[in-house]
Amino acid sequence: MSGPAGSQAAYYRGIPTVRYDLVKEFVVAMVVSGIVIVLLAGALSSPDVPPLTIQAWAQAAPVDFVTTATAELAGTSDSALYGPPYTDGSDSVQSIGIFDPQQWLGNSIHLDPPQDFVLGPLTYASVGNAALTSALSQYDAADGTSQQAWLSAYTDGLGTATAQDGQITVAAGDYGPVPVLMTSLLAEANSGGLDGLLLTNGQFFATDYTKPLLFMGDGQYLTDLAAAQHLTGDQWGVMNETGQYPGQTWLWAFSMLYQLPPYNSDPNADLLVVLTMAVLTALLVLVPFIPILRDIPRWVPVHRLIWRDYYRWRRSRSSPGSD
Amino acid sequence: MTSQTDPPEPATQKAETGSNWTAAIRRAVEHRLPWDNLLPDRQPFFVGSWVYVFGVVAITSLVWVIGSGVVLAFFGPSWWHVSGIGRFVNSIHFWSVQLLFVFAVLHLWGQYFMASWRDGRATTWVVGVVIFLAALVTGFTGYIAQQNLDAQWIAVNAKDAINATGAGAFFNPLDFGQIYGIHVMLLPIGVTVLVVLHVLQVRMRGVVKPIEPDAPKPGDAATPSSAT
Repeated sequence: MSGPAGSQAAYYRGIPTVRYDLVKEFVVAMVVSGIVIVLLAGALSSPDVPPLTIQAWAQAAPVDFVTTATAELAGTSDSALYGPPYTDGSDSVQSIGIFDPQQWLGNSIHLDPPQDFVLGPLTYASVGNAALTSALSQYDAADGTSQQAWLSAYTDGLGTATAQDGQITVAAGDYGPVPVLMTSLLAEANSGGLDGLLLTNGQFFATDYTKPLLFMGDGQYLTDLAAAQHLTGDQWGVMNETGQYPGQTWLWAFSMLYQLPPYNSDPNADLLVVLTMAVLTALLVLVPFIPILRDIPRWVPVHRLIWRDYYRWRRSRSSPGSD
Repeated sequence: MTSQTDPPEPATQKAETGSNWTAAIRRAVEHRLPWDNLLPDRQPFFVGSWVYVFGVVAITSLVWVIGSGVVLAFFGPSWWHVSGIGRFVNSIHFWSVQLLFVFAVLHLWGQYFMASWRDGRATTWVVGVVIFLAALVTGFTGYIAQQNLDAQWIAVNAKDAINATGAGAFFNPLDFGQIYGIHVMLLPIGVTVLVVLHVLQVRMRGVVKPIEPDAPKPGDAATPSSAT
């Protein structure tokens, strides 16, 4: 016999064959796996903890919201200092020696936290609001030194601020127009308006949640919610889900590296982890060509378990008296 | 209809089809993947091991993933949050993904310990691992596309690893529109095409023979068996 069909016959020469129905096996597997999946779905449902909104954040943790917004306006938030692809900062830029892909690909999103998160939404809200219009004018007219002095003092004041009925109380101080700006932004957030304003992009349709997610990510409240759902990094969160549901457990190796030195203390941990995983992945892809890795299956007798019937048959053929 | 001219001689016919791309592809497919290989009704008896079921269940789980995913995509990303039926379909999607990965991992480890790349099957292994990687990315984008607290948190955290590689300049996990499109269209098509290729590779060469103590080392991947 020639050709691949004949090649397979030659390849398996001397090995008994049995009738085998691949199609029936597939159909049975479809049905059985379907029954298991439907039973799991019916009995256990699926996770769906509602998303956090800016409104819910502002209502539940107004001091955290205002503290975050003040940092955005001061340009001192994580997002403001992040660096590419959001801003021109450098706080979150990771590199290894001259290998600096984050800087190479640059700032593609051009986020402007003071304008995008605070001043822009407040400008919308200032229509018909004389106090807010005046505060915005005063803030815009002030020099950078005065703005930073107000914001710094206000940030200190927020350390002892109290919240009641969706409002915050900050000890008296020289904050300039900042209290008016922040209470207005808090009111805008409490009403739900800020959720929409952070999605506006000059077009009717919007599907890009970069701004609201970065804003929420700069605060503490989202982290607290995630920690309560055991989702944070030190909880191996990348492979967890909300509730008791399994998450991306297949990312266990990725998650494990973050727990180990030097990754768990290196400022370039993300880049180191990704590169390490890239190397491990390349090794997995190229196993057939890598000595030792490709020889392990011969040394570890798992194949003896998998093919035990075959080896039993082989021994019976080679034993004295067998035909 | 009968042609007035005489039929070409066999040699002439071969020369004509030799420069015909269509005929060349047909001959290559017929040669590499005859029906006896594609849908065999006999297999070597060692295929009775349960380890061979893992790959099949991974594929059937993928079918359930795609089927439930098509329904979810049809009704839109918000539907399953507000509909009881939608929640059930999402649950089927969720658990079929879990089942897919359980059996994909079992299949991967099974094939590793069988050294299934032997006798000219290295590319089958490589494609299999690439499928697993593509499935990881598909799962990742799916978790981000859930539109719930988990999706928010994963997106906010995953951005740092993606940005560190520079990929954040064009792949933004915070952009739901981008992630959703990639998850429901590009990646499923890619995974499906690769799985079809993987199955065809297995059917072309057949399953690998058991490791023989006196046979060439498992690493003799690129060297076809002398019997083939």
